[in-house]
Amino acid sequence: MNAYAKQKSRVPVILSFLIILAVYVAVFIAEQNLPPTSMLFTVLKKGATYALVAVSMNLLNGFTGIFSLGQAGFMLVGAYTYAIFTIPLSQRASVYQYFDGGIVQFTLPVPLAMILAGLVAAFFAFLIGLPVLRLKSDYLAIATLGFAEIIRAIFQWNQLGPLTNGSNMLRLFPNFNDFNIRNADGQVTVYLSTLIPFLISGLCIALIVMLIHSGYGRAFKAIRDDEIAAEAMGINLAHHKRLAFSISSFFAGIGGAMLAMYQTTVQAKSFTSAMTYEILLIVVIGGVGSVTGSVFSSFLFVACSEWWLRFLDEKQIIGDFEVPLLRNGFRLVVFSVIIMIVVLFFRRGIMGTKELPDLFRKRRIKPGKEG
Amino acid sequence: MKKFLSLLLVVALLLPCIALAEDMPVVKIGVFEPASGDSGAGGKQETLGMQYANQETPTVTIGDTEYKVELVYADNGSTPDKAPSAAQQLVSQQVSVVLGSYGSGVSIAGSQYFADANIPVIGVTCTNPQVTLGNDHYFRICFLDPFQGTVLANYAKSLGATTAYCLAELGNDYDVGLVNYFQQAFEALGGMVITDTFPTGNSDFTSYLNNAVNYGAEVFFCPVSIAYSTQIVEQAAAQGVTFPILGGDTLDSNVVVNAAKGKNIKVIITTFYQEGANTAFDEGFKAWLNSDSEAMTNNGGNDMISAVSAMGYDAYYTALEALKAAGTTDSAAIKAALPAVTLTGVSGLISFDENGDAIRTSAYVKTVNTETGDWEFVAEQSVD
Amino acid sequence: MWNTVFPYLLSGISVGGQYALIAIGYTMVYGILRLINFAHGDVFMVAGILMVYICASGIPLYASIPLVLAATAFIGFLIERVAYKPLRSAPRMSVMISAIGVSYTLQNLVLYVTGGLNQIYPTIPWISDSISILGATTKRVTVITPFLTLILVVALVLLINRTKIGMAMRAVSKDFETSQLMGIKINTVISTTFVIGSFLAGVGSMLYFTNYTTVIQTSGAMPGLKAFVAAVFGGIGSIPGAVIGAFIIGIMENIIKGLDVILFKSGILARPVGLATFSDAFTFALLIIILVVKPTGLFGEKTTDKV
Repeated sequence: MNAYAKQKSRVPVILSFLIILAVYVAVFIAEQNLPPTSMLFTVLKKGATYALVAVSMNLLNGFTGIFSLGQAGFMLVGAYTYAIFTIPLSQRASVYQYFDGGIVQFTLPVPLAMILAGLVAAFFAFLIGLPVLRLKSDYLAIATLGFAEIIRAIFQWNQLGPLTNGSNMLRLFPNFNDFNIRNADGQVTVYLSTLIPFLISGLCIALIVMLIHSGYGRAFKAIRDDEIAAEAMGINLAHHKRLAFSISSFFAGIGGAMLAMYQTTVQAKSFTSAMTYEILLIVVIGGVGSVTGSVFSSFLFVACSEWWLRFLDEKQIIGDFEVPLLRNGFRLVVFSVIIMIVVLFFRRGIMGTKELPDLFRKRRIKPGKEG
Repeated sequence: MKKFLSLLLVVALLLPCIALAEDMPVVKIGVFEPASGDSGAGGKQETLGMQYANQETPTVTIGDTEYKVELVYADNGSTPDKAPSAAQQLVSQQVSVVLGSYGSGVSIAGSQYFADANIPVIGVTCTNPQVTLGNDHYFRICFLDPFQGTVLANYAKSLGATTAYCLAELGNDYDVGLVNYFQQAFEALGGMVITDTFPTGNSDFTSYLNNAVNYGAEVFFCPVSIAYSTQIVEQAAAQGVTFPILGGDTLDSNVVVNAAKGKNIKVIITTFYQEGANTAFDEGFKAWLNSDSEAMTNNGGNDMISAVSAMGYDAYYTALEALKAAGTTDSAAIKAALPAVTLTGVSGLISFDENGDAIRTSAYVKTVNTETGDWEFVAEQSVD
Repeated sequence: MWNTVFPYLLSGISVGGQYALIAIGYTMVYGILRLINFAHGDVFMVAGILMVYICASGIPLYASIPLVLAATAFIGFLIERVAYKPLRSAPRMSVMISAIGVSYTLQNLVLYVTGGLNQIYPTIPWISDSISILGATTKRVTVITPFLTLILVVALVLLINRTKIGMAMRAVSKDFETSQLMGIKINTVISTTFVIGSFLAGVGSMLYFTNYTTVIQTSGAMPGLKAFVAAVFGGIGSIPGAVIGAFIIGIMENIIKGLDVILFKSGILARPVGLATFSDAFTFALLIIILVVKPTGLFGEKTTDKV
């Protein structure tokens, strides 16, 4: 497959760009015309957030071969950094009610705070990476998982309360709805609350794609395919692994900031390992090693869990017939079964290692059966 | 696979269209309550109160038209990270007014979504002051934690305690807030307070009980979710502690009573309602529980009335009053009408102050009778 | 001082013994398949839920205990056959993802069955009675756990060292492929490992939930992770190592919960600072330190990666 994909023609790439552009235009138009309470926008906002986090995880797991389970920890760092530096001064007394308004007594503009969120997460990743990245596959996974738990405990420690508000909720910071343009009466004139997260997420993912196609990206893939061979070819293993780990965490941090905006509140206790598993499963469903797959499956995953499969959790009566089994929790059972099927029988996920432009390239040979 | 999926999607999208084709217009009231998680048992009991009220009064006359009241449920899972999607679910179904929630953390977490959609919310038993502070869409019909904390501190003092050990779940706004107000009040009375926290999901409380013993605590204050309080009561009894366990309104549940029954342990709580305060409600509610097996299961298997059920019942009627006063199902008009709403509920007189909080001046103190396995009324307490 | 510290030690030894029973499952599976069986903690939780439902259905205790243990062992067997066996030749990462998937599935199934509400574990008489020991009051199970754990471990070590299947297990964990060539039925050995591991997790769940009587779908996650850390700490693949690691972690964790009061009473701290927040995090810090300093754990054998 890949050998044919290498014979590049410009057309599929241009087609892909057009499709992405069309999606953005569609989002913009939909937002101006549909009621803002529609579940569609919830799915799009959360989907955009998860897409970024999933791609950042894929950069590590799929492209560099580092099996990290620390994503939730870095998202937590990003979300907290963003929230701490953007809560309006007038609200600090009420948010930090047990800590006299906290010690941070200034605010940063939203874009700056988001970048800072990424940087702080990357910094944490750099520190953690020093000891952890020397470990091999599953030991690395469990060590990063452990670090995520440690980060969570530190952020919940009451002694750090003036900075982190202890284990209490951070809230009242700018969220996605603040991107809407309002007139003097507070009426929304242009809806941007979905488009902006799309743009942020899209920009970050574009940066990741560019990285993957750069010399660094090729080095990452070499490490994934064979560490020892890569080292023999003169790739500095420690340096590149640390780089991939920090960059991935940078984007996870921005993803965390977006999640904070989506949720409108942040609390350390929600960033558990279960969140990491969820993102990992998204990556697996989309295809480990495919950016397009991660993006696509993020939206699919969010849409199913928030919207399309919700009916499985409620009693449904068609005519006089009450559909059996349907009650609270059934959605998740169906979900897990689908995931197990993908994990066991469609190991390559939706996209395998293919990207969007690959879909428009002629298939010279039929790809072999999966699994 | 893909075909199957797309078929599934089509079915999912069409399903809501099939439902409901009746003549009477419908007004939707959202129920924003936990049905699972640490507070699930309490959320279900609170919902029961609303369901009972709904089957007692299934219609409401708004303006000149009679509307059928439909309760729309969303499970906020007892955790702030699941609350947003539950809130959005209600918003997207265009409910006119929302009731809930049981806990304060989920209420705060869901608040912004209701604010953005301009939908008023009537908090039922979320006692943390932050829920209604600084917004105009959140109301509540219960007392607040500064009040409850003071009542509990006074009561602890009256037991002769000078050292109190407080335990809260990390990151639970309700626990942390109530412990904080208790501490302020108890220290003002000259007592000493030691606070500790445990991580979410913890089930080993023996070491925390040891801590209390080692600090020489004379009272153990743990206003935590039902899931944790039952374990604390159970393990405290097994360890043979001598201090009484003091709790807030979350402990008012038959699950806690069952944990304490037949054991040598003293459990004292403050709450909103005491069985027997309104016999008409008590009898009607019990009869309904006994006639509906699903309701009985949701109530924890027996027909003991939890205060949160009474509160849920009152919340439902508050919403109906607001709908009548607004004269329309438009949520913005209901929000405008709510501050002036008053009614006499089973848990007492309900009216709102400028913050949207209920004006409440008394709380009930109850204790578990470990022989019969019932709540026993101790006192009605108020604060000057 | 002793009176202050002793109750924490007691809780620690008890919970350590329960972790040990789970940790054995991790260490045996890892020793043979090189797989972190993320679902093992959930098997432990499912055993608890099974006990709740089987007792609620009216089956007397003397019958329900063996029934639960047998069912738990069978679930372990089933998980291996359904979720791990088809991936025998797949990369290790795929198997681990499958394990995470199984864990997710078990939790969601239990969430569905229980409606997400806490289930109260049935009281097993005698072992849940309160007794007084050296001035501390606790449940009898607290005292029984370490002894029962040791008995089971000795039995297991005998099984591994003295029986044919035990020999096969040792051979498979030394060299997977060669032992296959020597005519060892690899699938039987792996299934036996899962059955033994799940059985011990079932016993562990009975002791654990008798002490801490609430079961919910997430009950297995933390004990599972901690038991895994214990297995790594003791040197993965080593059964005595896992047991010692589990006791150390159980004790340390409870000491941390009481560290504030211990330091406060001995005058080192002027006021409590909330160190109990770190009771879980400490376990992971220990894990990372051991991984970085001595990746083979206390008793692990040195392995070399082949190119």
